[in-house]
Amino acid sequence: MTDPLSINRRQFFGRAAAGIGTAALATLLNRDLFAAPTPGGGARGLPGFPNFVPTAKRVIYMLMSGGPPHIDTLDYKPQLAAYYGKELPASVQMGQRLSTMTAGQKQLVLPSIVPFQRYGKSGTWISDYLPHLGSVVDDVCFIKSMSSTQVNHAPAVTFFLTGAEQPGRPSIGAWLSYGLGSLNDNLPTFVVMTSRDRENSCGQLFFDHYWGSGFLPGKFQGVKLRSAGDPVLYLSDPPGITRPMRRELLSDLDKLNELEYADAGDPEIATRIAQYEMAYRMQAAAPELADLSSESKSTLDMYGPDVLRPGSFAGNCLRARRLAERGVRYVQLMHAGWDHHKNLRTQFKIQCKDTDQPAAALVKDLKQRGLLDDTLVIWGGEFGRTVFAQGDLSSKSTGRDHHPYCYTIWMAGGGVKPGISYGASDDFCYNVAHDPVGVHDFQATLMHLFGIDHEKLTFKFQGRRFRLTDVEGQVVKGILA
Amino acid sequence: MRNHRLWKLGKIAALCIGTVVAAQTAVAQFALAPATAASPSSQIRFNRDIRPILSDTCFKCHGFDRKARKADLRLDVAEEAFKPRKGGVPIVPGHPETSEAYLRLTSTDPDMRMPPPESHLTLTAEQMQRIRQWIAQGAIYEPHWAFIAPKDSPLPAVKNASWPKNPIDRFILARLEEEGLSPSPEADRRTLIRRLSLDLTGLAPTPSDVAAFLADSSADAYEKLVDRLLASPAYGERMALEWLDAARYADTNGYQADPTRTMWPWRDWVINAMNQNMPFDQFAVDQIAGDLIPGATTEQRLASGFNRNHPYNSEGGAIAEEVRVTNVLDRVDTTSTTFLGLTIGCAKCHDHKFDPITQKDYYSLYAYFNQCSESGGESQSSGNVAPTMIDAPDPELAKIAALRAEQRKAAAALAAALPAIDAAQAEWEKAANGTGSFMLLPPTTAPSTQPASPSVAGHDATKPEDEAASSNGPARGVDPSAEIRRVLALDVKKRSAAEKASVREYYRTNVNARFKALNAAVRAAEKAANDLEGKYPRVMVMDDATARKTHVLFRGQYDKPLAEVTSNTPGVLPPLPTGAENNRLALARWLVDPGNPLTARVIVNRYWQTFFGTGIVKTSDDFGTQGDPPSHPELLDYLAHRFISSGWDVKAMQRLIVCSAAYRQSSKVTPDLLEKDPANRLLARGARFRLSSFLIRDQALAASGLLVAKLGGPPVKPYQPPGVWEDMSLGKITYRQDHGESLYRRSIYTFWRRTVSPTSMFDVSARTVCTVRPSRTNTPLQALALENDPTYVEAARVLSQELLTQTSTPAQTLDGVFERLLVRDATATEAKVLLPALDRLEGEYRADPPRALQLLGVGESPRDPSIDPVTLASWTALVNTVMNMDETITKE
Repeated sequence: MTDPLSINRRQFFGRAAAGIGTAALATLLNRDLFAAPTPGGGARGLPGFPNFVPTAKRVIYMLMSGGPPHIDTLDYKPQLAAYYGKELPASVQMGQRLSTMTAGQKQLVLPSIVPFQRYGKSGTWISDYLPHLGSVVDDVCFIKSMSSTQVNHAPAVTFFLTGAEQPGRPSIGAWLSYGLGSLNDNLPTFVVMTSRDRENSCGQLFFDHYWGSGFLPGKFQGVKLRSAGDPVLYLSDPPGITRPMRRELLSDLDKLNELEYADAGDPEIATRIAQYEMAYRMQAAAPELADLSSESKSTLDMYGPDVLRPGSFAGNCLRARRLAERGVRYVQLMHAGWDHHKNLRTQFKIQCKDTDQPAAALVKDLKQRGLLDDTLVIWGGEFGRTVFAQGDLSSKSTGRDHHPYCYTIWMAGGGVKPGISYGASDDFCYNVAHDPVGVHDFQATLMHLFGIDHEKLTFKFQGRRFRLTDVEGQVVKGILA
Repeated sequence: MRNHRLWKLGKIAALCIGTVVAAQTAVAQFALAPATAASPSSQIRFNRDIRPILSDTCFKCHGFDRKARKADLRLDVAEEAFKPRKGGVPIVPGHPETSEAYLRLTSTDPDMRMPPPESHLTLTAEQMQRIRQWIAQGAIYEPHWAFIAPKDSPLPAVKNASWPKNPIDRFILARLEEEGLSPSPEADRRTLIRRLSLDLTGLAPTPSDVAAFLADSSADAYEKLVDRLLASPAYGERMALEWLDAARYADTNGYQADPTRTMWPWRDWVINAMNQNMPFDQFAVDQIAGDLIPGATTEQRLASGFNRNHPYNSEGGAIAEEVRVTNVLDRVDTTSTTFLGLTIGCAKCHDHKFDPITQKDYYSLYAYFNQCSESGGESQSSGNVAPTMIDAPDPELAKIAALRAEQRKAAAALAAALPAIDAAQAEWEKAANGTGSFMLLPPTTAPSTQPASPSVAGHDATKPEDEAASSNGPARGVDPSAEIRRVLALDVKKRSAAEKASVREYYRTNVNARFKALNAAVRAAEKAANDLEGKYPRVMVMDDATARKTHVLFRGQYDKPLAEVTSNTPGVLPPLPTGAENNRLALARWLVDPGNPLTARVIVNRYWQTFFGTGIVKTSDDFGTQGDPPSHPELLDYLAHRFISSGWDVKAMQRLIVCSAAYRQSSKVTPDLLEKDPANRLLARGARFRLSSFLIRDQALAASGLLVAKLGGPPVKPYQPPGVWEDMSLGKITYRQDHGESLYRRSIYTFWRRTVSPTSMFDVSARTVCTVRPSRTNTPLQALALENDPTYVEAARVLSQELLTQTSTPAQTLDGVFERLLVRDATATEAKVLLPALDRLEGEYRADPPRALQLLGVGESPRDPSIDPVTLASWTALVNTVMNMDETITKE
């Protein structure tokens, strides 16, 4: 389960004998260990991958946990106003399974509670709660025909991130790390950051398996950057050990391990030396990455007033950009608080306000730094919300229930066609009208942007070749630039 | 000899061609053969050379799964493959050039070629050549090896007769000699005692253990050491680790609220069973069906908790039946992986594509686990879900039962008295309505000065005497509310049900002394029973309390039942013995029946995996056709057979393995061996691999003397960085770290929260599903944990403290550190690295003494104030470095 050595022991000691110092040796060894097909050094991927020229090198995926209501954000249906309070036609609902929360009530249509405006050259209609997104619509591709099969949160998130609704399969980021290796040599290649709405309105938890490596080796699992304390667990040296002291101690350790390697000859020891060196670099790189003090005021302002609040979505968006700049291939942002069963008229607006500006800023910021071309940005929930109201539709505590059969997500950069909308919902935002995109299609397309044929990136486990897209998935050619 | 056997095998295989039936009856013998690819001229063996290729590239569409089968062609069964069909004969024995299947495999026409391009599967030229050879040699099929009961393999002849120490070595050496390799020399004694101690107890030996072993010049010094370690209580704590992974043991339910359960008595049962060397067949039967054994003991019922260690979803929106079904599916998967080494989860949705397990087989197994009274529902303030038992000593259980009987008796007495009490109520109402006072009662009821109780002042109020006279005691100080007065004023017939209830409630609790006394008696009995019960943990166990019908479930979905099935074992394996009641107990006994071809192999293979890092079958979780074939098939069979005939004696089997010369070899890797056998499958050297994170922590605690060697008990919460649980649970679950000795218990006792595993453990099973193959990765995050976790910093300080008081020179202290952690002195070269480092550190801390105190402040155990802080801090940093050496965290 370790990286095979690309040099053998004799070569290793041949070099050592030639008088290369320990630190230099470790670097040399590291570079050889992790000879990468991509610039920047990092761990190797699989031979033959990518399968073709990729358009995306990195992805920042903002998973809007809870399920944002597409009706009130991105899927503009002015004609629904005429249906206010009327029962959803049975021909639309088609007897599909509803959540136990609304199955027993009448399905009364609640049109968007927010007006929409047109933005950009593309003339895209966007809800008034998301003006900042409006300012970047010409860089964005909206997929209005997204659908899932899962109606409950945890299975739906698991399905989106691993291709199966039950926990146990590798997350997308783990697959990419396994297939493509790393772009850097001082940070993990798959990083996760979580945040939640101010009100802490929803109880949806972020389970470790969302970014797990499943049956892939554990080194491919996502590393969660924490908002309080050490950004990575056990990152800080103990009190009383300074950085220079750690460097010296680590050099001592390298020497001891080299002696052991000379004696025992196990390639695993060489890998261990390299991993300790990478840990040392990560100790410097991770706090630097989390520290926003070097960001200009104009950048901070762009991400909005929340950016310096620890654990905020805005702060995570900015850190995601910093991670992308530093060669982290896969950044998963998870933001809770989109589960508007009862708070569509209250918390929803605040939630939009808190997330709209940072998400749009991320697109702008990547673009102004020339990173958007090869960085894929994704924004979307695990499902959308029902066009009919949950509870009394005129009350302050009205809301919408989970709705997986058709909703909207967006992508930008990384080889996706900018300024378009792909697919459409029916007149009630209920079912897909044309160009359906299922979860496995979404995943196949993501892999395609990374130069991977999703049917080829497989891992044999317990006798079967598994892949992210299970036995399905079609690349959505219509959104490729 | 080899040729003779092959000839015999060929004949047998040709007679009872590899069908499912043949798998159960064939008496095929395995010839000695290298597991590596056959050379061009050699005899091709189906199981070794051909089945892996066909299984991987062909069987998905041309194998066992009827529904997935394309062109109605099977290549997994000889008679089907040899049958002429339109377009030719797929396989013509002896004639690859006319075998349609071979022609398709080698075709250059993409429309003809197999496997088709869209499968992304390709055969190498070498694989095609092998298939060609196999067909040319007669296309002899063999049944899958793992479905034939193991035979007592004869010991192979070896040239170097002096090397083998026990039968294992004959098999290992014969193979090495065949490959032109020779075994490595025996490791030195220090390495051996460290290796053995870590493997059998998970703890490095103490200096006195080492001294005793080095001084023991008797011929069986090694064997005596093995016996001492096997008898140590730490043995069970070590060996239970892998079992807990298989059993997906955790201290919480998982999912949203992740409530705490108390399954740790089950964990202690496992540790004790291992320490007592419970025979494996009993160990298995008790866990699968201990509750069903006639006259089951408390321990046996407790053991059945194995089946209940699955996660449990008690989220708000969860559908009870869906949860229940998920749990039953989990029991099937766990049982089949743990005991049969089969991953049959595929058959949940469809017939298995590679192994002969049908969907019906799957649900027939499911039926055994489907009669548990677990509801799938229940609200979860506690994580324990019925059925449960109280884990208490039998006399205590008897006391609890007696108290419960008293409670029932008291409740019955109360129930019996109710008609009379109701009659008294009617009289009281009449009287009260007459006087208008509900406080002052009829003169016959003299106000008592004592509160009502079962027996006050010689008068037992629970005894019915003159009902109305004795029981209508005073409503002392409780004036009925206006509401009660209003209702009382109403005609009884006009009162609503709620109104009647409120008056009844008022009367009984305030007026009727008899009710109060009887009710108090019920409460008191209940409290006494609850109090005694509350002293003991409740454990989730199994029962067979329902008579549910079992159906095949479409794609495993609870609400999509298909055909009804009854309990049965998979058709490819031997049938249940006739006559036995066909329940979970019968299944358990079938699992460990000597005729079961899988269980003994699967279990000895896992022991082998524990000691050598990799099983004889590398895919220890998959003995099916897609799994790796065994590296030493005859050895595996020999061990399995011996295991069964020893009465499933676990310690004897493990003793046999660790006493072999193969195990005792040096683990040094030479460039030559690395090139010839990089994964060490042939065992021309000892195993060398990183210790599990559980054991790395235990070793640090033990070496420093911090370890609290207390066996069993509730889980503990040692150091953990702040905010980890809170972060995951959005602040709803708080980690309250323990103090004192709970910080220093063995890692097996660390509280295991399913949604977020203990942070100090890495590369561990997530304990959500059954896991039997260890993960051994090497990452920077592991380096950070071992350098910076307070556990290791504290252990380094405490070890330094102790050694500094016992030694007088830095060189001696350093030797002490190495002795404790590595069971050897530091070499001169190592000392040349570390002693100058010590000087350097002392210089640094001398220049900044508060920094020394900072480092010494890590950990809650007291610092020895008699030692100069600068010296102690310098040693602490240095020992922390030694604790991070590759050798320290590796079993060599």
